[in-house]
Amino acid sequence: MIVAVASGKGGTGKTTVATSLAASSASAVQLLDCDVEEPNVHIFLRPEIRGSECVTIPVPDVEMEKCNLCRECAEICAYHAIAVLGDQVLTFQELCHGCGGCSLVCPTDAIREIPREIGTVEWGTAGGIDFVHGRLRIGEAMSPPLIRAVKKRIERSRLVIIDAPPGTSCPVIESIRGADFVLLVTEPTPFGLNDLVLAVQTVRELQIPFSVVVNRAGLGDEEVYHYCRDQGIPIDLEIPFDRRIAEAYSRGELLVEMMAEWRVAFQTLLRSIEERAIRGRALHHEVSR
Amino acid sequence: MKQVAVVSGKGGTGKTSVIASLASLAKDSVLVDGDVDAADLHLLLEPTIVRREEFRSSRTACIDEGACSACGECREVCRFDAISSDLIVDRFACEGCGVCAHVCPEQAIDLEENVSGEWFVSETRVGPLVHARLGIAEENSGKLVAVIRNEAKTLGRERGLGLVLIDGPPGIGCPVISSITGVDLVLVVAEPTLSGIHDMERIVGLAVHFDIPVIACINRYDINLDMTARIDTLCNREGIRLCGRIPFDQRVTEAMIHRQSVVEYCSDGAASAIEEVWDGVLASLGR
Repeated sequence: MIVAVASGKGGTGKTTVATSLAASSASAVQLLDCDVEEPNVHIFLRPEIRGSECVTIPVPDVEMEKCNLCRECAEICAYHAIAVLGDQVLTFQELCHGCGGCSLVCPTDAIREIPREIGTVEWGTAGGIDFVHGRLRIGEAMSPPLIRAVKKRIERSRLVIIDAPPGTSCPVIESIRGADFVLLVTEPTPFGLNDLVLAVQTVRELQIPFSVVVNRAGLGDEEVYHYCRDQGIPIDLEIPFDRRIAEAYSRGELLVEMMAEWRVAFQTLLRSIEERAIRGRALHHEVSR
Repeated sequence: MKQVAVVSGKGGTGKTSVIASLASLAKDSVLVDGDVDAADLHLLLEPTIVRREEFRSSRTACIDEGACSACGECREVCRFDAISSDLIVDRFACEGCGVCAHVCPEQAIDLEENVSGEWFVSETRVGPLVHARLGIAEENSGKLVAVIRNEAKTLGRERGLGLVLIDGPPGIGCPVISSITGVDLVLVVAEPTLSGIHDMERIVGLAVHFDIPVIACINRYDINLDMTARIDTLCNREGIRLCGRIPFDQRVTEAMIHRQSVVEYCSDGAASAIEEVWDGVLASLGR
């Protein structure tokens, strides 16, 4: 089973939930940090890194001796990453998505593809948890290819937990696609609610069953609860607003290690997710209607 | 006209609460909500939308089943695994490159332009706001940020405003890069947690990469004084002016619930610390 932990708003507690779930699992578990722009899981797990690889995307390299300046490469490029100016071909590698269109259409075979590094994937273990994360190179705009590289290491025989980035756009979609269940973490504030609504629309669009975790319960108002009730969205766990939890988080401590009573709560959460995932997509369709 | 972007790397550090207060204090700014896939600034400013525009940028491949001979060439050339074995396009995976349409021997594939969002010009009590709503699961957030930043600059010039204030998204990727390129100053809202410091180092690295001056403030500094001291050290080492320490203050959330900025809602505690941050912004801009 693949469980993705996501949220519209940043800083609601995705990493706390993802690491606590993984650390509470009785069976073999793999934890993937897909927030490759700002990966934080390793801070809490302190894994022993056993391997890493560079992730590259193929970008064009033009051999001007062969080029006849026909401009076909510039015409097919949807991302304006290659342009013909006078007798020169300019490439803007940071705009390139690596689709391979330019080298495919080049009639004189003047374009070959060379790898450009966009980040690294690292893996290792922490206690019984198999850990994988990606780190986007600073200055790099596109995270989805790196997220795909992290997800290539998924081993479906185990419980897989994915810590997704915040938001609702392409990096989030890339992270939660293919998950059997999504946990949406929110906080009971106007910002939390606004971004939860967007996140709910996103998982409904992807037709993945989901439930909600309310973090910092008691901090704000009741609107998140009203929304979930009106929409028939189950709230599977509440974590209270508690300064001790915030302080432990600040030191990079795992919630379930600092306060052992939470281990039971997360085990219960895992069971509830499993049941919901099994009832699965059919139920989800019902709820969406 | 100067441009200032407020960013954090890590989400949820308080960017939006800080920037709404800065706009209340500035009195001559145009605001941009650069967090186009989870915008929140409008919740505090209760904008009246005066202009609404469609954002069209992405394309998706669309196969005409009638014309398709099921040769599968499209699937072979697609680098994004966006065409299934039964030749159905996964619109979430398709990046609109058009290579499939190019190779299709039957010319059965068209690229359809999507409306991938909407953007708005609004009036608020603290000045104009340019904001947007990226469609669910859409891409090109960076381009949308660029569009609304341009609009804000035009608006600012027309009205003789002194400042463009940009509320940046979390992360260091495409919409963040688009939010900070070409600005005069980046203000980092840091959080005194190990994750916050890790993420701050990366966003500072990004600003340095683009050669943009950086200042910082620490939000909820009293949650962990050791971590606050570490941020001090980091700022000293990087030559970053630390222009305010904002205490944890329940009224930040209360202000949000009352649809007000912190400085509108109260005058001491977090509010007075944010006023210091504003002084730091002005000093760094040489105003």
